[in-house]
Amino acid sequence: MLHTVNKSPYETNSLSSCLRLARKGHTILLFENGIYGALKGTCFENVVTDALNKYQICVLMPDIEARGMRVDNVITGIKTVDYAEFVDLVASNSTVQAWL
Amino acid sequence: MKFAILVNEGPYQHQASDSAYQFTKAALKKGHEIFRVFFYHDGVNNGTRLTVPPQDDRHVVNRWSELSKENNLDLVVCIAAAQRRGLLDENEAKRHGKNANNIAEGFRISGLGQLIEAGVQSDRLVVFGD
Amino acid sequence: MEEEGVVKKFLYVNRKAPYGSIYALESLEVVLIGAAFEQDVSMVFIDDGVYQLKKDQQTSVSSGIGMKDFSKTYRALEGYDVEKLYVDKKSMEERGLSVDELVVPVTILDDAQMGELMEQQDVVLSF
Repeated sequence: MLHTVNKSPYETNSLSSCLRLARKGHTILLFENGIYGALKGTCFENVVTDALNKYQICVLMPDIEARGMRVDNVITGIKTVDYAEFVDLVASNSTVQAWL
Repeated sequence: MKFAILVNEGPYQHQASDSAYQFTKAALKKGHEIFRVFFYHDGVNNGTRLTVPPQDDRHVVNRWSELSKENNLDLVVCIAAAQRRGLLDENEAKRHGKNANNIAEGFRISGLGQLIEAGVQSDRLVVFGD
Repeated sequence: MEEEGVVKKFLYVNRKAPYGSIYALESLEVVLIGAAFEQDVSMVFIDDGVYQLKKDQQTSVSSGIGMKDFSKTYRALEGYDVEKLYVDKKSMEERGLSVDELVVPVTILDDAQMGELMEQQDVVLSF
């Protein structure tokens, strides 16, 4: 199952609810302002790093780059994807849930 | 694979329509079929032809219209959500006694059943919103 | 309206409070229209979405906010064969709410049960 999170974790609890309710082995894609949850050196880094033991976490690079960040800013273990790979993620998971 | 796309936000205010557009374009490029793009909530505002963005900005509405033309995309605006927000096609304008309509090329107005049908008929439904 | 007998599991995810925005009301409209398609429908209420089900909403009284109280519609869902309503346990507890404060009978799910329900779906509509 694929979960998408498009909200900054500083703004809403979309990411925390998603991390709480998704099941082991699920994939989570952070995009739009959701990418702020994928960055190193933040108060969410530990939580997200721990979550990597349970989930595959991906982040959409165009949204990272648009916000002045680079791949170096992304927490180690998070997979960077482009729109084409976003499409692949949707195709390879039978259900997609958006955490708006 | 057959995809359905739901866009819940209008143009410019949120990134939802941009993300949905980039996703749809990428899916088409990969050879997937887009069964339908359904516009709901403020997403109906993606379908007004009266949109005039600054020249150096992307034209969200025209971009959808063009993508629809090139790929024979079915762009459906929810009728109930559209009426609330002042988006009408020729028939609806006539039916409600309004002297103008503002639906953009490539979009059509229809009922919520089209969203459910898209969910039933497609292999995946992807939601873009706020 | 039936789609050649195809029955999919549809999940409506409600995570937003009523009235402050239109999401709750318009999502309910999808559920009502969708009922005609005779799919296997479930609704979940998570985070502020739990507030949609709070009893005693008063909106259309003269001193009120001047909107339609649509919370009554949740009670009509049974008539549309939409009977699987689930509330996230943690969201309800965080908000100091209990089941007897909700307009309709619901099933309370813990984290693991909610995750399992989501995983079983074919189509997840979030608003």
